[in-house]
Amino acid sequence: MKTNDVILKTGTKVVSFMIFLFSIHIFFAGHYTPGGGFVGGLLASSAIVLLLLAFDIKTVKKILPVNYITITAAGIIISILTASAAVFFNKSFFTHFFDYFHLPLLGKTSLHTATLFDLGVYLVVVGVTMTIIQTIGEDE
Amino acid sequence: MIYVFWGALIAVAAAMVGFVYRVIKGPTIPDRVVALDALGVALISIIALLSVVMKTQFFLEIILLLGILSFIGTVAFSKFIERGEIFERDDNNH
Repeated sequence: MKTNDVILKTGTKVVSFMIFLFSIHIFFAGHYTPGGGFVGGLLASSAIVLLLLAFDIKTVKKILPVNYITITAAGIIISILTASAAVFFNKSFFTHFFDYFHLPLLGKTSLHTATLFDLGVYLVVVGVTMTIIQTIGEDE
Repeated sequence: MIYVFWGALIAVAAAMVGFVYRVIKGPTIPDRVVALDALGVALISIIALLSVVMKTQFFLEIILLLGILSFIGTVAFSKFIERGEIFERDDNNH
């Protein structure tokens, strides 16, 4: 059956970018307001799921040519390296550091190493969710 | 003034009872899908009214989140109803 869903495809081209931006916002807002790596990763994977719904698996693989298992592994490696970096500075495992910096556009900003750990969580959640969904979707 | 929001909460909750009745009773599957979508919208408004009543701003991101999730769920359901499969493997129309 030949279908032509113009409205869904045109809407997806706009809405998926908005979901990606919202996921990045929730990821960076996680330290002081609700959110964080887990919800941000789920939102990013839901944006990819919306792309999968509007288009098909082959097109989405052409848009995002990444292997999600590699993304999961990269997330775990980033988290473990961030957690074990404190050992080399004579602190206990999982100690997190922060300091205040004066960035050119943002002004006084506090940068934490917990953000790097959260980045690992984000990548793991995106990788695991998309691996599950793609494996089920490709099944016959 | 706060009683206005309590009244609106009760009204939206009554509307949700109606939607749940349509989900249970609905003769066809599309009736149930539309009722579930409307339930999501009513849930969004309940969260907004509740954040006014509780005087907190921490629920405002959940509103956007629920809107996104309800939209994706409805699109997935309607695609399943129309074609019988949610994710197509290969493109055959472009």
